[in-house]
Amino acid sequence: MSTLTAPARQPVRAADRVASARRHVSLSETLSQTMMMAWRALKKMVRNPEQFVDVALQPILFTAMFAYVFGGAISGDVGSYLPLIIPGILAQTVLTTCMATGTQLREDLTKGVFDRFKSLPIARIAPLAGPMIADLVRYTIASALTFGMGILMGYRPGGGVFGTLGAIVLSIVTGWSLAWAFTWVGTIARSAQAVQGISMMIMFPLTFLSNAFVPVDTLPSWLAAFVRVNPVSHLVTASRDLANTGVVSGEVAWTLLACLVCVAIFAPLAVRSYKRHI
Amino acid sequence: MSAVWAEGLVKTFGTHRAVDGIDLDVRPGEVFGVLGPNGAGKTTTMRMLATLLKIDAGRAEIFGVDVATNPHVIRQLVGVTGQYASVDENLTARENLWLFGRLQGIGSGEAKGIATDLLGRFGLEEAANKPISQFSGGMRRRLDLAASLITRPPLIFLDEPTTGLDPRTRGQMWDTIRGLVADGCTVLLTTQYLDEADQLADRIAVIDHGVKVAEGTPDELKTTVGDSALQVVLAVPGETREASDIVRRVLGVEPVLSPEQGRLTAPLSQADLAADVLIALRTAGVSVASVSVDKPSLDEVFLALTGHETDEKNDNTEETR
Repeated sequence: MSTLTAPARQPVRAADRVASARRHVSLSETLSQTMMMAWRALKKMVRNPEQFVDVALQPILFTAMFAYVFGGAISGDVGSYLPLIIPGILAQTVLTTCMATGTQLREDLTKGVFDRFKSLPIARIAPLAGPMIADLVRYTIASALTFGMGILMGYRPGGGVFGTLGAIVLSIVTGWSLAWAFTWVGTIARSAQAVQGISMMIMFPLTFLSNAFVPVDTLPSWLAAFVRVNPVSHLVTASRDLANTGVVSGEVAWTLLACLVCVAIFAPLAVRSYKRHI
Repeated sequence: MSAVWAEGLVKTFGTHRAVDGIDLDVRPGEVFGVLGPNGAGKTTTMRMLATLLKIDAGRAEIFGVDVATNPHVIRQLVGVTGQYASVDENLTARENLWLFGRLQGIGSGEAKGIATDLLGRFGLEEAANKPISQFSGGMRRRLDLAASLITRPPLIFLDEPTTGLDPRTRGQMWDTIRGLVADGCTVLLTTQYLDEADQLADRIAVIDHGVKVAEGTPDELKTTVGDSALQVVLAVPGETREASDIVRRVLGVEPVLSPEQGRLTAPLSQADLAADVLIALRTAGVSVASVSVDKPSLDEVFLALTGHETDEKNDNTEETR
């Protein structure tokens, strides 16, 4: 201990500090600062377990509801609807979970600690990116619950463990990429409630106007056209292929491309708009 | 080299010029006080210097480093303690200090050691592992200041460090600030209280409506208002003219009048002179409703420097952001 506290008694020399100051944040510093911010977000999650409720309840509730309500009508019986609906619910759950990223960022921005983050010599993106890393944990929990519920109801993914894990990983990647869009919404909206409202308006058409719950060929042609280009449809098809047959189809590439585009557009927008909060 | 040097700083919020051309020159190793009422532009000035707000016009340097072009360097040189505790409510005191240390590139073990050391120095050991939500206002302030000192920055900004604290905690905070200077730090602090600036600051700049209206040592400022101030409220408000003639004759200074309330305020170089004024008023047959002799307050400094009162109600809107 004495070796640690002893230097604290030496006088502070301003000139030395100016000379030794770093001019820029390096990439490795950015990464380690982002991980620290992720640690903070995880602590926050553990200490506010009520934030888990939506993550935990939605996949359980929606899987049961959709399967029993639509199962008979769409696939004849619940059992044969499960391979269709579980990857759909997976996509919907993960995307809903990533909405919370924006809401929580908006809440965070109004807190005093953000002033501290802004005054520290850290990468500007770390307070944004950290919570997004921590959110990977929430996506994983939500995905596991969705599949768990499905398996409980009699779903047996034909793609095996690797196919199932592949579908989960792909959904998480998509959720993380789309979270940048909600993060951007979080930095431009005036309140957490507004973020919630705007996010819902983006989220509902995106998930319901997809092939997540119904086969595309039942839709009117103008709607089918939108559903086919909707990135969520690509994600759902890719996950179905992975989970049900273990096949890595071209849909995976389309999904990843959509993710890349999403991050390329919204990450810079989010960071720029966040900087304006300074 | 100056610790802080600023020329013509301007910050505009919409059409409101919150800071309207402020010059500052803070020498290394001194405590420099920025004194002014709510809404004067103190916090805005500090936030610009700390890279938390964009500088709209003018230039600022900290230890010779330009603030606008080198924000990352400035953030390594300045510790900022704001009016509102900027610590994380979800973490404990110890976790907060550890996190802020880690974020600034200090290794985990060393960051733990620094956290323990700071918690000890600020009397927070017992509360170290409690969530911040259970902390009192004074404890939050202390933790906030501790968080600003982790890397021992050579320059420390304190924005109204004792506003809202009880007298005992305020005294502790003053001792801490003196300790920082003994370590070789330079301190820039804003305050609404003349006595705080008087206790701590080597030099003071008085700010009003975004403009610096005076600068000097506490003694220099106080001589403009006298060591104490005499306030007389007349029984008959109509007699203010007569009373002010008497005050001018006895004290040799121009009293400040509030004729509608029948009130006169005048600086006293010695408290004894108050008696002379009262005797002269009695001799002239001017009746007095109440009399007080106080230490000069910020209000009196303001009256003397600007000729108007601090009018807090009008513009304390843009101060915090």
